[in-house]
Amino acid sequence: MTTTLVPYDEALTRYEPVLGIETHIELGTKSKMFCGCSTEFGAPPNTQVCPVCLGLPGSLPVTNQAAIEGIIKIGLALNCSIVEWCRFARKNYFYPDMPKNFQISQYDEPLCVDGHLDVEVDGETYRIEIERVHMEEDTGKSLHVGGATGRIQGADHSLVDYNRAGIPLVEIVTKPIVATGDKAPLVARAYATELRELVRALGVSDVRMEQGSMRCDVNVSLMPAGSSVWGTRSETKNVNSLRSVERSVRHEIERQAGVLDAGERVIQETRHFHEDTGTTTSGRSKEEAQDYRYFPEPDLVPMAPPREWVDELLTDRPELPAARRARVRAEWSLSDKELQDIVNAGALDLIEETVRAGAEASAARKWWMNELSRRATEQGVELTELPVTPADVVRVSALVAEGALNDKLARQVFDGVLAGEGTPDEVVEKRGLKIVSDEGELSTVIDEVIAGNPDIAEKIRGGKVAAAGALVGAVMKATRGQADAGRARELIIQKLTG
Amino acid sequence: MPDEHAATGSAEERASGGAITRDEVAHLARLSRLALREDELDHLAGQLGDIISAVARVQEVAAQDIPPTSHALPLTNVFRTDEVRPGLTPEQALAAAPAAEQQRFKVPRILDEEA
Repeated sequence: MTTTLVPYDEALTRYEPVLGIETHIELGTKSKMFCGCSTEFGAPPNTQVCPVCLGLPGSLPVTNQAAIEGIIKIGLALNCSIVEWCRFARKNYFYPDMPKNFQISQYDEPLCVDGHLDVEVDGETYRIEIERVHMEEDTGKSLHVGGATGRIQGADHSLVDYNRAGIPLVEIVTKPIVATGDKAPLVARAYATELRELVRALGVSDVRMEQGSMRCDVNVSLMPAGSSVWGTRSETKNVNSLRSVERSVRHEIERQAGVLDAGERVIQETRHFHEDTGTTTSGRSKEEAQDYRYFPEPDLVPMAPPREWVDELLTDRPELPAARRARVRAEWSLSDKELQDIVNAGALDLIEETVRAGAEASAARKWWMNELSRRATEQGVELTELPVTPADVVRVSALVAEGALNDKLARQVFDGVLAGEGTPDEVVEKRGLKIVSDEGELSTVIDEVIAGNPDIAEKIRGGKVAAAGALVGAVMKATRGQADAGRARELIIQKLTG
Repeated sequence: MPDEHAATGSAEERASGGAITRDEVAHLARLSRLALREDELDHLAGQLGDIISAVARVQEVAAQDIPPTSHALPLTNVFRTDEVRPGLTPEQALAAAPAAEQQRFKVPRILDEEA
């Protein structure tokens, strides 16, 4: 069935979107949720498994305390109540990603309930209500073989790796997000972004969407503008980048508006998002509504987090992103936009560390946000993945401040550092990158340049001082950028008019 | 996901009547991936009904002040510290697998052809 998409702005004139977001976050514990297997990402298949996570007969799970601390920290940061007593539940289903034929999860007794997270879009604050935060275990990874596309559809058989099965997984479920209008895609993205920042600040997960340690399921429905009866929702599964969260909401609005405009009904189904086209396609609509036959997990005793423990986790928590942004904004005298750019570039930690190590905030910001962000984008990596440290930026800034380097040379120093040629000082030494401050040498170069450009020299002699720029350029070229351009200009004018 | 609780009838229904319908048995068989013959459905509906009736008797003695119990031991908060322990080698892990390929468990097609 093909649906005619309704242009986004037009769709919003007739329909009001309602969103719901379920986010799964793998906690960064050393061992799995219910056994001692390592959680290291990227190990060869089935090297981090044991009888418990393989569901072998007779094995018994034991809860990882660090995981429970992790989820309570997340719950507290989301302003949730931590319940006094709750249990794990068995979610039964037949699908080979869990060898036990069930997943240990929580059902009607989640550990954290009723919270909220405030996010900002275009200067406006939206309060996202949190329904629940519960603890469960991640599933194994399937490789579908024999189909044309590597997808489950049309596959001949599947190959399963259980390294991921049993990694602590926290599920965060929002209440319906209403009244966001045409900002819906941006609000969804802002929520995912803020949640990621929050969890990262808590230090309980690396929240890397591209590695799957944070994944979003995005529910979208439309209702006619002015109505209060919600429409049927679709659920786009495993959206794995912040940009995709925004795009998938946008696409679903355009698609569902098309379905409704045609007088058809939106089907309640799971959908898959495709990064390349920015569109979604139908998932498992044919499967009957799941009946997971939840029941209290008999192999695990209930949890009753003592108040003192919860209070301690609250007291010991680090500065949260919203408070930190307010502080940094004031300390560095930034505009909202400047701060937002820094946050979006993932540069806040790096800049703050650079400033703490002795650089001026403005210099630290300049190098990380302009030069190094550009390099990271070019190489398709996160800023933090560049092989350059805050200490390197401090050193380069100091060399610029004391006049030993100009910006152009400083960029070459970063070239060297990024190429693995050593520390900034070593790169300066090896590449011979110092501003030529030896007046004699500079004077010789200028004489040569004047001799080589008699026409321009004549203009300057005739009073057209502005023409000196061309000669300065030639001097910089002759010295491979190592001359002090300002001083070169002074000397040129002095020689020709003095 | 709470909204996906479905189809098998409420606990009260079963507890009061003690019966389970043939359709419910067929539904459970589908969920459990059990291929039951028609005569087996009737047979099991009777047997399961008896079991449910027997278990339902517990409710006759459970007064309002006795909360439902899911665990026999009065324990809470049994935790382990977050330490990595050696598990199985891939060879050991895959030893009992019906089929393996690329050091992974090989399983039959998950979705039916028409899916």
